Formats: sequence, C-alpha cells, structure tokens
Amino acid sequence: MGTCALGCGVTPQLDKIGQPLKPADEIRLRDVTIAYGGHPAVHHISGAFSPGSLTAILGPNGAGKSSLLKGLAGLKPLSGGRIDFGTLRRQDIGYLPQQSECDRTFPVSVQDFVALGAVARVGLFRAISRSDHDRARSALARVGLQGFERRILSELSTGQFQRVLFARLIVQDTPIILLDEPFNAVDARTTDDLIAMVRDWHRQSRTVIIVLHDNELARRLCPTSLVIARDILAWGPTQDALSANVLARARQMAEAWDDNAPVCAGPDDLRPDAA
Amino acid sequence: MILYDLLIAPFADFGFMRRALITCLALSTSAGPIGTLLLLRRMSLVGDTLSHAVMPGAAAGFLIAGLSLPAMSFGGFLAGVSVALLSGLVARNTVLKEDASFAGFYLIALASGVALVSLRGSSVDLMHLLFGTILAIDDEALMLVATIATFSTAVLALIWRALILDSLDPAFLRALGGHGGLWHGIFMLLMVLNLVAGFQALGTLMSVGLMMLPAAAARFWARDAGQMALVAAGIAALSSTIGLIISFHADLPSGPAIILVAGAIQVTSLLIGPHGSVRAEGRRHRHLAG
Repeated sequence: MGTCALGCGVTPQLDKIGQPLKPADEIRLRDVTIAYGGHPAVHHISGAFSPGSLTAILGPNGAGKSSLLKGLAGLKPLSGGRIDFGTLRRQDIGYLPQQSECDRTFPVSVQDFVALGAVARVGLFRAISRSDHDRARSALARVGLQGFERRILSELSTGQFQRVLFARLIVQDTPIILLDEPFNAVDARTTDDLIAMVRDWHRQSRTVIIVLHDNELARRLCPTSLVIARDILAWGPTQDALSANVLARARQMAEAWDDNAPVCAGPDDLRPDAA
Repeated sequence: MILYDLLIAPFADFGFMRRALITCLALSTSAGPIGTLLLLRRMSLVGDTLSHAVMPGAAAGFLIAGLSLPAMSFGGFLAGVSVALLSGLVARNTVLKEDASFAGFYLIALASGVALVSLRGSSVDLMHLLFGTILAIDDEALMLVATIATFSTAVLALIWRALILDSLDPAFLRALGGHGGLWHGIFMLLMVLNLVAGFQALGTLMSVGLMMLPAAAARFWARDAGQMALVAAGIAALSSTIGLIISFHADLPSGPAIILVAGAIQVTSLLIGPHGSVRAEGRRHRHLAG
C-alpha cells in the first residue's frame, strides 16, 4: 500500500523528519482566468509557485483571492488558461476553504473526523488503518487538542474546530497546502498555534499558499507574496511585493472596479499585455 | 406460562407469525443504517415521498396481475425510481425547490394509488396495500425481503464512507475528486428497494416508519453515525417483535402496530436519551447556569 514509507514502526518517521510522502512540484499558472457568472474574478494570471515556497495571496476585497485558490484546488473550473501541477494529482493538494461547508452538527467523533484526512491516500473504500488513527492522534496533540479524541464535533468551539481542520490537513500529509483566510474568526492564541503549524509545513518543504488580508502577518510569516486585484500587481519577495507603491495601486484599482465588466478571455484570446 | 403464551406461543404455534418475524428482522437490518443516513442527510421528507410513490406502482401491479408479489414489487420499484428521478429533474430545472416538488409528487402518487386500487379491488385490498398484511408473507416474499436486505446492507457497508463524507463535508469530498451525486443516486435506489421490500409486512404508508423512527430514536442514544446505525437497527428489530405480538393479540394490522411501538420508543428516547434529549439539554443548561 506504500504507507510504510511513512514508517509503520512505533514512532512514525513523519514526526521525526516531517517530509511529505511526495515532494512538492512547481505549480505553473499559464494565463489563468476564472469567471463568476460571466464576470472575471481572476484575469490572465501567469507565473509559478516554486516547490517548498510559502506564499501569501493578498489584495483588496473582491480581488479574486479565494477564486484563485479554488481554481488551484480544482473546485472552480478555469474559464481560460491552465494550471500545471507537474507530477502531482488532485489528492496531493490539501485545501482549507474560508467557510467550511462542514456540517458541525453531524455526529462524528473528533478522532474519526481527523482520521478521514487519510482518505486522500487510501481512497473511499480501503480501510483507514491503525497507523492512520495513530497519526490522527498525534496530529490532534500537535494542534493542542490532546484528550479531545472522543469528543463529538458539535462540542467544539470555533477555534477548536479550526484546530481540528488543521489536524486533518496534517493527516492528509499533502505536498501542497492551500489555506483561505485560516486565521479569520479565531482567537489570538489559536492564531499563534496555527501559525506555528504553517511554519512547520514550510520547514518540511511543502508548498503552502495562504490567502490573507493582513499585510503585517504576511510580512511576518510569508517569504513570498502575490498581490492581485483581478490582475497580478506584484509577485515576489514579500518586502518588494508589499511596497507602498503596489499597495496604493491595489487600493486605486479596487475603487475603480466595474463589477459588470465582460470576460474578455477565451482560452485562445492571449493578450500580451495581461501578465 | 402466561409469559410464554403472550410472547412465545404466537411464533411457536403459527408459521405465518414466524415468517413475519424473520421478514421484519431482515428489514430492520438494512432499515437502521438507511434511516440513519436519511436523517443525517436531512432527507426525511424524501423518504416519506418515495414510500408513497411506491404505491401507485404496486397498485398497478395489483390491477394487472392480482395479488402477485413479483408484479406488485416490480411496479412499486419502477414507480419509486421514476418519482425520485422526476423530482430531481424538476428541482434542478425549474424554480420549485426539491422539497416542494417531492411534496407534490407524494400527493399525486397517493391519490393515484388509492384510485387505482379502488377501480377493481375491495377496501380490504386497499387497507392491505396501505398498512400491510403479514398473512400475505409466504416463503417467496420472505426470500425477496431477505435478499434485498442483505444486498442493501452489503452495498451500504461499501459506500458508507462516501455517503458520510458527502453529508459531513461535501467540499472535502469534492476536493478529493469524489462525486457526491453518484453515491446519492445509489443510496436513493437502495431506499426504494427497501421500501418495496417493506410494503408487504408494513404497508406502503408505514414502511418508511421502520427507517425513520428507529433512526430518530437512535440519535438520542448514539454518539456517532456508526453507533447510530447499529442502535437504529436494534430498535427497529425490537419494535418489529413487540409490534407483531401486539398485532397478534389485539388483532391490529401489523404495520401500524410496529410503527406505534417504534414511535413510543422514539418519544421515550427524545425525553430521556443521554444525548441531546429534553433531559440531557435541561441538565446541560442547569450546569451552565450554575
């Protein structure tokens, strides 16, 4: 089954080395356009997330940050262009939406919920093994929820639930992790703990992409930043990308938006001035 | 000896009671997990509608072939699946929401079913179709029910995780590339099959009750969905057994007797069950206040 690469022994190797099962590959975007109801949310974006990079996606409200992340996760069809993940498949991407569609009243134990992260590897039909359950337990301990295994989902606070979702990402063990405003609506202590998790993932050479609205946090956490306002305004080292110049332009563009602008992008409609 | 006469003798002395018991126990095995999923997927109304939708099909089978089990079962299955598909189509392609279209089909199905039976049958036939008759359960019916129950339980075990994920966290399932619609379709098919299996013993009006009521009761006793399915199957089996005994002694139709027992268990559970019941919530609020 291949899971033994992670260590079937007493202590999973994952905890010692922390490398994901598969190494991350470069994610290349070529002229990506994503539209909602005929209007573009993301416009002719080209570029690459290098393997193991930790990138913040920033931009004004309505800039298409979440749309781009959904496009990367394969949850939103592209209306133009393509995204190339190299050798990686859809199951190699861990995605945490801004508002989880999770039914939090569903009767399921925290332990079982976190262990479901293993479905990314074992699929819908094969058994979730004992070592997967061990990983779920250590993931819960890692996010500070030791002793919560037997609780049911509805008994958790919002912050605890966000920790549980992070624990499930740990069990998923994907080389690419996409997070959409993961620190929204959680308390300061939870935010600090979750930031530590993101730093861990970065150290383990996973490619992490986070949508943020807090420029200061991006400066503290992310070496790379991508600023978009439907088009790319800046993409590079965070210090340069978040220059006063770029931020002023982002504000301007947000004010000047015409929400009913038509889509100009067909897949063949390449515009040299777009990227 | 009185206990023996009350509880054991009906089954020891009468073959039709033994057949009815085995049939109901088989039905309970698959009704537990199906009811649990119906409840957790918020499809209670859908279950209700489909059970009514089975009726005109069974009635048409009755009109054509008389009291023939294969004809009535096949007709019922066809009608149930058609209504499930039609309601889905209407919900997707018109302004009507799924619950409204299901309620509409449910009324049409019930009315046409009653009309069809009245065309040729007696009011006794109508009563049997609506509320079930254990006298009609022969070996052939028993085999049919047992086959459907076994098949359903096996398929459910296979697609259980997909169905759970589809209602627990649909976005997660989609992100993994899973298709919720496929599992939903299989689940609807299984539900119609089980409603068809149930209408001999319980009647078309009552057969969904063996799914819904035990599952609703189990919600107050179980902590997770797996436990809930097991507890629901247990409650369904218990209700069937007690209901059959009552129906034997009190000369009641078997369907209502079984469903009334399940209903009594459900009401008791919602009052005193350990999870989320009136008692449990009251205790929690006192705890928070204190």
